[in-house]
Amino acid sequence: MLEVEGLKMHFPIRAGVFGGVVGHVHAVDGVSFDVGEGETVGLVGESGCGKTTVGRSVLRLLKPTAGRIRLEGEDITHLGNRALRSHRRRMQIIFQDPFSSLDPRMKARDIVGELLDVRGVARGAERDERVEALFERVGLRRDQLSNYPHEFSGGQRQRLGIARALSLNPRLIVCDEPVSALDVSIQAQVINLLMDLKRELSLSYLFIAHDLAVVEHISDRVAVMYLGRIVEFARAKDLFENPQHPYTESLLAAVPSTDPGRRQRRRLLQGDVPSPINRPSGCHFHPRCPYATEQCREEDPQLKPVAEGHLAACHLR
Amino acid sequence: MTDGALPALATEHPAVTTLRRLLAMPQAALGVVVIVLTVLAALLAPWIVPVDPEEMDFDNLLSGISAEHWLGSDQMGRDTLARLIVGAQVALMVSIGAVGLGVALGVPLGLASVHFRGFVDDVIMRVMDALVVFPSLLIAVGLAAAMGGSLVTVIVAIGLANVPWMARVVRSQGLTVRELDYVAAAQAGGMSNVRIIVRHILPNSVAPVIVQATLGMGYAVLTEAALGFIGVGIQPPTPTWGNMLQQAFPMLDQQPLLSVVPGLAIFLLVLAFNFVGDALRDILDPRLKGVVDA
Repeated sequence: MLEVEGLKMHFPIRAGVFGGVVGHVHAVDGVSFDVGEGETVGLVGESGCGKTTVGRSVLRLLKPTAGRIRLEGEDITHLGNRALRSHRRRMQIIFQDPFSSLDPRMKARDIVGELLDVRGVARGAERDERVEALFERVGLRRDQLSNYPHEFSGGQRQRLGIARALSLNPRLIVCDEPVSALDVSIQAQVINLLMDLKRELSLSYLFIAHDLAVVEHISDRVAVMYLGRIVEFARAKDLFENPQHPYTESLLAAVPSTDPGRRQRRRLLQGDVPSPINRPSGCHFHPRCPYATEQCREEDPQLKPVAEGHLAACHLR
Repeated sequence: MTDGALPALATEHPAVTTLRRLLAMPQAALGVVVIVLTVLAALLAPWIVPVDPEEMDFDNLLSGISAEHWLGSDQMGRDTLARLIVGAQVALMVSIGAVGLGVALGVPLGLASVHFRGFVDDVIMRVMDALVVFPSLLIAVGLAAAMGGSLVTVIVAIGLANVPWMARVVRSQGLTVRELDYVAAAQAGGMSNVRIIVRHILPNSVAPVIVQATLGMGYAVLTEAALGFIGVGIQPPTPTWGNMLQQAFPMLDQQPLLSVVPGLAIFLLVLAFNFVGDALRDILDPRLKGVVDA
């Protein structure tokens, strides 16, 4: 469905009178992964690790610095806006912030139906019918069609965003932290809706989140990102039961647990994520890693198989 | 279940909400009253003007308030009330025309900056900066010298002075809106950039334009008066509040009423536009408080 190879996204930092480039933010630095047909791949990591940038590059809202993005076998890395248009029907995005993701001046019906109009998919009565069907599909009421976004609650707004994303019948949806802005009670409803939709429409998801519990629940495979790189990539079950990278280990330790035995083994992460402008030498994680050796300080570990279908980037494995 | 239905709200048009909130503020309500009265006077002028504003009544020169001339008459016996009402027409035409010109040129320039970014943005904005440096008075004096003072030159002069402000306001708002997720959603849906600007960025950038336009109207009234006063504005015999002041000035010690009436009219109308503009800013865009100033 989706293959990403060596994706790099570096943002230049300009300074001074002539706007000279004084450095780069290495937001994404050589990320490779794939999402299969009907699969959900979770992408987790702390804020600022580049996971949102990966999502937006995949959708080609950003132009990657290097690497290759293939959608259903077709290379879309270097396509211009016009050429991208036909591919854009096949991938859509759901955003984190249910407030800034909906145009406050448009009615719900137009928000959901806009892309149908623009792409000339359906017009007039047929369009209205499809909008109503989408509305019902995501669990909104017909009598809310003429409401403005501010008249909806956070969860309902997120449903509106989902309906819009579904309007062009995409194959892949990038979910950029779709539930992190919602109350816990509503998170579950939205997650369940996403899972139902996936089953019914055989969608693929690239599911970006920082909440491991949510990711574990919904994902088939999970990639863990740290400072612009994937440090571990495995089936959800393997990753959660048998983490291979010390960073994954500490992320899992931070998940609140109901098991008292597990609580005692906690080893919480110290310090902050280093700057993506001046990154640590060697393994980027070594300043925070409890097991760091001399090799970790000097040599950059590559992502390599440590078990069947389980990749990790650590010298100690 | 917090995801349930919200209580059914009557969906009110946003403009109605704005007007209701505007009238709830005492200053703004006062401003609205003054503006509405001025507009009514200007529109109904043909029916309410008591006498021809250019007719000279030689029996009543420089009269004070009297039965024949409610607001007095000038040194040529012309009725001040009549001239005031006709002057209101001019003041409103100038402010609407000038602000309209500012919006018509400034908004597309601002949107072009947002759309093209980079070099084009830099060029447009530096030209706007250069334009800000020229006071509209100077532009007006130049235009009047070249083409003679008329309604059109005054509108063009004040309008040009409005362009950079409109462009800046639209650009800064547009740059903010462009980064919002609904724009990204439109891009991901394959909408063209031009369409995104027309459908999303422009509608979400109008609030500060409305505020700026209202404040600009007050500024236009004031500038027109200043132009009239220094004699490069609309030329007599057409009465404008500015040239009424100019003609009244030498008579200040003989008939102060002659200066007071147009002066008060200018003061009230400018104040009204500023009150309404300030209130609109507070209602439409609370973040702009103290930022946008005419």
